[in-house]
Amino acid sequence: MLGRTLQEVSAALKQGQITPVELCQKCLSLIKKTKFLNAYITISEEVALKQAEESEKRYKKGHSLGALDGIPVAVKDNFSTSGIETTCASNMLKGYVPPYNATVVQRLLDQGAVLMGKTNLDEFAMGALGSDTGGSTRNPAAHCGIVGFKPSYGLVSRHGLIPLVNSMDVPGILTRCVDDAATVLGVLAGHDPKDSTTIQDPGKPFMLSSLTDVSKLCIGIPKEYLVPELSSEVRSFWSKAANLFESEGAKVIEVSLPHTSYSIVCYHVLCTSEVASNMARFDGLEYGHRCDIDVSTEAMYAATRREGFNDVVRGRILAGNFFLLKENYANYFIKAQKVRRLIANDFVNVFNSGVDVLLTPTTLSEAVPYLEFIKEDNRTRSAQDDIFTQAVNMAGLPAVSVPVALSNQGLPVGLQFIGRAFCDQQLLTVAKWFEKQVQFPVIQLQELMDDCSSVFEIEKLASVSLKQ
Amino acid sequence: MAAPMLRGRCLGRCWALACIDSGSRHGRGAATGFTSSGKRGQSFVAQQPLLTAQKSRKGEHKWAAVVGLEIHAQIASNSKLFSGSQVHFAAPPNSLVSFFDASLPGTLPVLNRRCVEAAVMTGLALNCHINKKSLFDRKHYFYADLPAGYQITQQRLPIAVNGSLAYSVCVGKKWRQVITKTVRIKQIQLEQDSGKSLHDELRSQTLIDLNRAEGQLRVDANISVHHPGEPLGVRTEVKNLNSARFLARAIDYEIQRQINELENGCEILNETRSFDYKLGCTVPMRDKEGKQDYRFMPEPNLPPLLLYDTASLPAGADPQQVINIDRIREQLPELPSETREKLIQQYGILPEHSFALLNEVGLLEFFQNVIKETRAEPKKVTSWVLNIFLGFLKQRNLAVNESPVTPSVLAELLNLLDRKVISSAAAKQVFEELWRSKGKTPSQIVSERKLELMQDEEALERVCHAVMEGHPQVVMDMKRGNPRAINKLIGLVRKVTHNRADPTVIKEILEKQLSS
Repeated sequence: MLGRTLQEVSAALKQGQITPVELCQKCLSLIKKTKFLNAYITISEEVALKQAEESEKRYKKGHSLGALDGIPVAVKDNFSTSGIETTCASNMLKGYVPPYNATVVQRLLDQGAVLMGKTNLDEFAMGALGSDTGGSTRNPAAHCGIVGFKPSYGLVSRHGLIPLVNSMDVPGILTRCVDDAATVLGVLAGHDPKDSTTIQDPGKPFMLSSLTDVSKLCIGIPKEYLVPELSSEVRSFWSKAANLFESEGAKVIEVSLPHTSYSIVCYHVLCTSEVASNMARFDGLEYGHRCDIDVSTEAMYAATRREGFNDVVRGRILAGNFFLLKENYANYFIKAQKVRRLIANDFVNVFNSGVDVLLTPTTLSEAVPYLEFIKEDNRTRSAQDDIFTQAVNMAGLPAVSVPVALSNQGLPVGLQFIGRAFCDQQLLTVAKWFEKQVQFPVIQLQELMDDCSSVFEIEKLASVSLKQ
Repeated sequence: MAAPMLRGRCLGRCWALACIDSGSRHGRGAATGFTSSGKRGQSFVAQQPLLTAQKSRKGEHKWAAVVGLEIHAQIASNSKLFSGSQVHFAAPPNSLVSFFDASLPGTLPVLNRRCVEAAVMTGLALNCHINKKSLFDRKHYFYADLPAGYQITQQRLPIAVNGSLAYSVCVGKKWRQVITKTVRIKQIQLEQDSGKSLHDELRSQTLIDLNRAEGQLRVDANISVHHPGEPLGVRTEVKNLNSARFLARAIDYEIQRQINELENGCEILNETRSFDYKLGCTVPMRDKEGKQDYRFMPEPNLPPLLLYDTASLPAGADPQQVINIDRIREQLPELPSETREKLIQQYGILPEHSFALLNEVGLLEFFQNVIKETRAEPKKVTSWVLNIFLGFLKQRNLAVNESPVTPSVLAELLNLLDRKVISSAAAKQVFEELWRSKGKTPSQIVSERKLELMQDEEALERVCHAVMEGHPQVVMDMKRGNPRAINKLIGLVRKVTHNRADPTVIKEILEKQLSS
């Protein structure tokens, strides 16, 4: 049951094949067994069971709220959850229990979803695995063989999402299949008066149509994305995907996004600047960690922030403040804004020339083993991992990573589709078609866990590699 | 000092009216800026106005002072600029703080429509150009009463620019001459206010109340001096002046301080100073080491603020979602300058009196209600309202709406006076009693205390004659031309008549009898 898609589970709940409480308990059990993965910071067991019970009551009366009623969901720990600790994986917010729900969390709960817990992330989402500010919904999705969808900026409310870069952050959706992502989007999208950057249209649920004929579709392949660092395996999958579209009648053309090479640097200037600003509120005064020093307010601020933030966060704050200094602002921040406009215009021009959707890799290669990963510093890693994904955030476009195949090492590889702004439905429709063609074998974690010997091996490996 | 009440009034209330000591400062073609801000308590903040002043010292060549005022005025709205928290006066500390006000992570600002309308209205009232597109920025600094570590303001492109305000200055002998000056308004911007800090010296701690900042009106003054024709001098900023009286004093002091320094060969530092109320001087502020770099950055959570007028309004636009400048212009109340002009035209009162009537809350309405019900001349009403009535209020520290004397009652009293039923002196006595004991009408008091003027002129003549007969020495004095003698006689007659005779009439009769 836990390996099924959202729609399948929803149907099962409706038909009474399984109850919400049973489902919740199964989920909790698997979470406990896979604790070594360190995927959860907080498991909200009591809350989840209570929500499951209420969902069950509704199903018994035949009054289910919709497709998400009784469905277990997890929420990254940078979304504000009322009464449940929210830490952003940082010392700074250790013990911080918010008094309100992020809008997207509230919308999920209003539909009867069952909140299993808060998942792990890099501190304040500043690693390669962050929230979708630079690709961190799509990247992990590609590495784990699931669907990672980043909606258009302005479509989904950011109220309650603890911000990294306000002008680029978007709540991202991770699901087993594209249909599921569409279902969740239907619940989350739409105007939020609490977020002035959301569009005016109210959202409404929608069903993705099943595309059968792609002959009217034009797929763009950006040539600048063919970089030397791209692994040959991923390049080959990309190539095959392009051929697949062409063989089914779609028009596949090479396009150019000329300012691509500037996007990493541009992103770093804008990102660190906004980060420096957004982190200014963490001073230990109103909430979160506060140091023991009380000699003066300034001393308290300094010690609190030194203790509360890790090196990566502090480094970005310093960089950002540098860029925002009066004498630097024009040369760095303004220039970066201009470059951002150029990058966004690259996409606009391409879409205006008749392209419907762009097809690119999501990552340079399959997931890199931990010991390899830590050899490079954070900045280098981010620069590498975000290379295909972060221009999309700068342009505010919708994008989705769909798993395509397993590598020779048996690790998942995904490909990315990028769509026009606010054409999320069309984008997902194309992604769904591709998913159907590719038939990727989604991971069945339960089956893996049921095989005892694997468990012991995995646990052993995990304890070695996770040693800090 | 002539008209002390007016002067006190205008300095205390309406800083735009500057009454000036002869020979010192004149206002001349100045510019004033406003910024309106709101959040926890909202503020208008003005920027860089220029009030050019001139001061001559004996023999030395002239100095010109340049003054710019940054005025923070809190908007009267039900909720704060960017959050839904209520705004109440004197609420318990930290009881009106929303999640956004406490800067809880993940919260976002949402613009308050009423505040935008207030800013537009202010801009229109001050003859500004309203920017149809304005932007919000973050201004960063660390302080305990600024939880987010930045203030949302409008630095790049504020909501209104290039306005002006005409004001009147009383000059000349007895401040009777009124001249009109204009001050430039550089810009008006919306911005958040900070919280309130209360310093507890005893426990070496600071207490923070995030409801709203103190002070409905706060002013920072930027001051420099130079010789006319030469470039402007280095300016200093004097912060957080909360009354027009102290503002004037601080500016005067600082101008003089700068002149003294420069004349002694010293330099003026571009620094921030505060005003020591007790010593009456400006002092450097200790906290500000080095120059602050506020690291301005666009506020990413607020899209540009777009305003429309009737011509540019998009078809089918939701009126809830758009602000129409023309509609707001229509809703502007009559501005004070217009009201004052009307008063002068309609009632023939003096310009300085028109200011005084408008400067006290509720006074104009009171005045107009009295006028409605009395036949007395407007000049008389003005005098009674501004001198006697207002005097009583001020002595007892009352507002107009707390007055025990209503307009009708005063009108009745003035009618009695007008019909010469009572003398002026008697009227004042009645007024005193009216103030003390509610419920009695003026007529009642007059009859109770037998204050009616003697109507019988013949009887009065007889009394005068009798008094003159009884005091031949005084009469002799009178004949010799001693002006005080007649007053003595008047006093005696009044005594005999129990003050029921009009002193003016008594004087006439005595003079007539003397000459005959």
